[in-house]
Amino acid sequence: MPNVVIKLENVSKQYRLGNVGTGTLSHDLNRFFAKAMGKEDPTMKVGVSNRLDTVDGRYVWALKDVNLEICDGEVLGIVGKNGAGKSTLLKLMSRVTSPSVGEIKIKGRIASLLEVGTGFHPELTGKENIYLNGAILGMTKKEISSKFDEIVEFSGVKKYVDTPVKRYSSGMYVRLAFAVAAHLEPEILIVDEVLAVGDAEFQKKAIGKMQSVSRSGRTVLFVSHNLTAVEQLCTKGILMQNGMLKMEGKVHDITSAYKQMSVDENELRRSGTRVIEFLEYNMADITGKKIDEVFLGDNFMVSATAKANEKIDFCDMTLDIRNDANEFIGHINNADDCFEIKNIAKSDTMSVAVMVRNICFAPGTYYISLWLGNSYGTFDYIENCIRFTIKQGDKFIRRPYPFDKRAKTVLQSTWSFK
Amino acid sequence: MNTLKTDEQHNILPDEWTMILRPKRNLLDINLHELWQYRDLIMLFVQRDFVSKFKQTILGPLWFIIQPLLTTIMFTIIFGNIAGISTNGIPKMLFYMSGIVGWTYFSTCLNDTSQTFIKNASIFGKVYFPRLALPISVVISNLVSFIIQFVFLCMFLAYFMIKGSDVSPNIMVLWIPFLVVLMAGLGLGFGIIISSLTTKYRDLAHLVTFGVSLWMYATPIIYPLSEIPEKYQMLVLANPMTPVVETFKTALLGVGQINYLHILYSFVFTVVLLAIGVVIFNKVEKTFMDTV
Repeated sequence: MPNVVIKLENVSKQYRLGNVGTGTLSHDLNRFFAKAMGKEDPTMKVGVSNRLDTVDGRYVWALKDVNLEICDGEVLGIVGKNGAGKSTLLKLMSRVTSPSVGEIKIKGRIASLLEVGTGFHPELTGKENIYLNGAILGMTKKEISSKFDEIVEFSGVKKYVDTPVKRYSSGMYVRLAFAVAAHLEPEILIVDEVLAVGDAEFQKKAIGKMQSVSRSGRTVLFVSHNLTAVEQLCTKGILMQNGMLKMEGKVHDITSAYKQMSVDENELRRSGTRVIEFLEYNMADITGKKIDEVFLGDNFMVSATAKANEKIDFCDMTLDIRNDANEFIGHINNADDCFEIKNIAKSDTMSVAVMVRNICFAPGTYYISLWLGNSYGTFDYIENCIRFTIKQGDKFIRRPYPFDKRAKTVLQSTWSFK
Repeated sequence: MNTLKTDEQHNILPDEWTMILRPKRNLLDINLHELWQYRDLIMLFVQRDFVSKFKQTILGPLWFIIQPLLTTIMFTIIFGNIAGISTNGIPKMLFYMSGIVGWTYFSTCLNDTSQTFIKNASIFGKVYFPRLALPISVVISNLVSFIIQFVFLCMFLAYFMIKGSDVSPNIMVLWIPFLVVLMAGLGLGFGIIISSLTTKYRDLAHLVTFGVSLWMYATPIIYPLSEIPEKYQMLVLANPMTPVVETFKTALLGVGQINYLHILYSFVFTVVLLAIGVVIFNKVEKTFMDTV
């Protein structure tokens, strides 16, 4: 039976908005009187769920009613947008600050790595800093001494270990700092975004080290915006949104939900002079029924209406198709079909429809961006405004198992014997 | 008896959790055991302070001596020669220096620890360790400089004795280690209370530096206690540093008043102050990151 090592019960964290220091005394007095008269804390009520754009409400809930159980040996990835409460969650668990409501129960020694090189002093040598930083992270002098050679070896700055770290290049500094942290041996390790530093080679080394940590049966909590790293490292994941735990599950489900969320919530990115601008656009099957799902090999229609704000002599329209990793997969242009869009009078509305035949991209999620313009510039460009999914079906692919996800396109083929 | 004990333990940590983090902590829930586990860290902080202070200086630890020496010379000129304040027949340099060395230890402890939270916010915001480790390390590293200054003071004293001045170090010097503990305790106690309060109200930080220098004049550093007019005596004696400094000087120089009741007062004051300080500090350290 898995052993729960971290348990969060109704954990919430409230922060004050605005400038602390103005009016805090009166707030404190307010709280004190309310408490003295047996009333509820008046400041707790005005708290609103964490939206970064909220202006009313003097307090904000950075975390609200988070319930979570983490078992030993789990490597948990925490994803979410900026301000979703990820770092607050880690701060609470690493005891940097306390929850406003709720309880966090922890079993075992915990070490947190919210930053590499915490407490490094520029005047001290590499060696002195290894000891200092190690002790700050919770190691005893003896433990550090026994691992000292390993740490220096891992960091690759052996030659400079007796030089003050202010003389180090930033890369050396980070490597030394990470090396110390990597040799901690807690039962629970909390890591926030620290892998984002250093060069590619070092990042690989760091991820490798983290993987070996998790293989040794220790619990790791990992926050990152690098979804590839999260998928590589973690087995489970949680998705945070506006201070709440939105979803909990297998890491791949979590990362794909997160990717989808960032498209759904992003307002459309739009640019151009708007000499002519899109009014409506949609995707439909050949009968004209709106759809957002097609089978591999299907035909489908994309139609758009646009209104000219000035007279237009000549104009081009393109469709860019990207996959969910934002890789540019397909490009469609009216000129390829010898189709011309021209002579549109001012205030006229035009409708264009394009049929895409035998779609041959690997099954997955795709986004279409629409562009109107000519050689002089962009009139209107809406990024990733139509989202659709391609399913495997059996038109092109007849193998009884899923298509290999590493490939991006599907080619039709005819096989023969000789 | 035995069953009762396990029941109690279960009340604190059901299901054998090593740690439960709650919004509010009992005021007296002070984890000194944990602080002891981090003793290596305290010593490394001391080492850091010491090493970083004198990196890239030519004179290095000599600065520990230059500081009180220059202050002594200045006091001798201004208070001794220009103002003509009595030193009870003791050589002026010696009189001032003994006061300054004792006072400096207390005042640096107070000044440095009072900035604990603000100065270390960047570390505290990233990693947990018992926050008391920092002010304690400050007190210890200042102790190192105090010892150097004290040795220098003793050499000074020996020189004057050889020259035949009327000074007589006496058996009271055995009190000195105890007096040092009182200075450290008072400095630490006031320091952590101020640092706890400055996390929200920064006004205090401005007050501390000049408050401490004013305080010096309410302590018999530049004047002997015996010179205080009767009506101000109570005021000066209410200052817990007065018996400490006065005893310190009397032990080394042989002239002054020693009143055990006053020393007892300082001792009780220190204990109470430290207890209050630790409780406040302990309460603030949990959430100060939200307000600092």
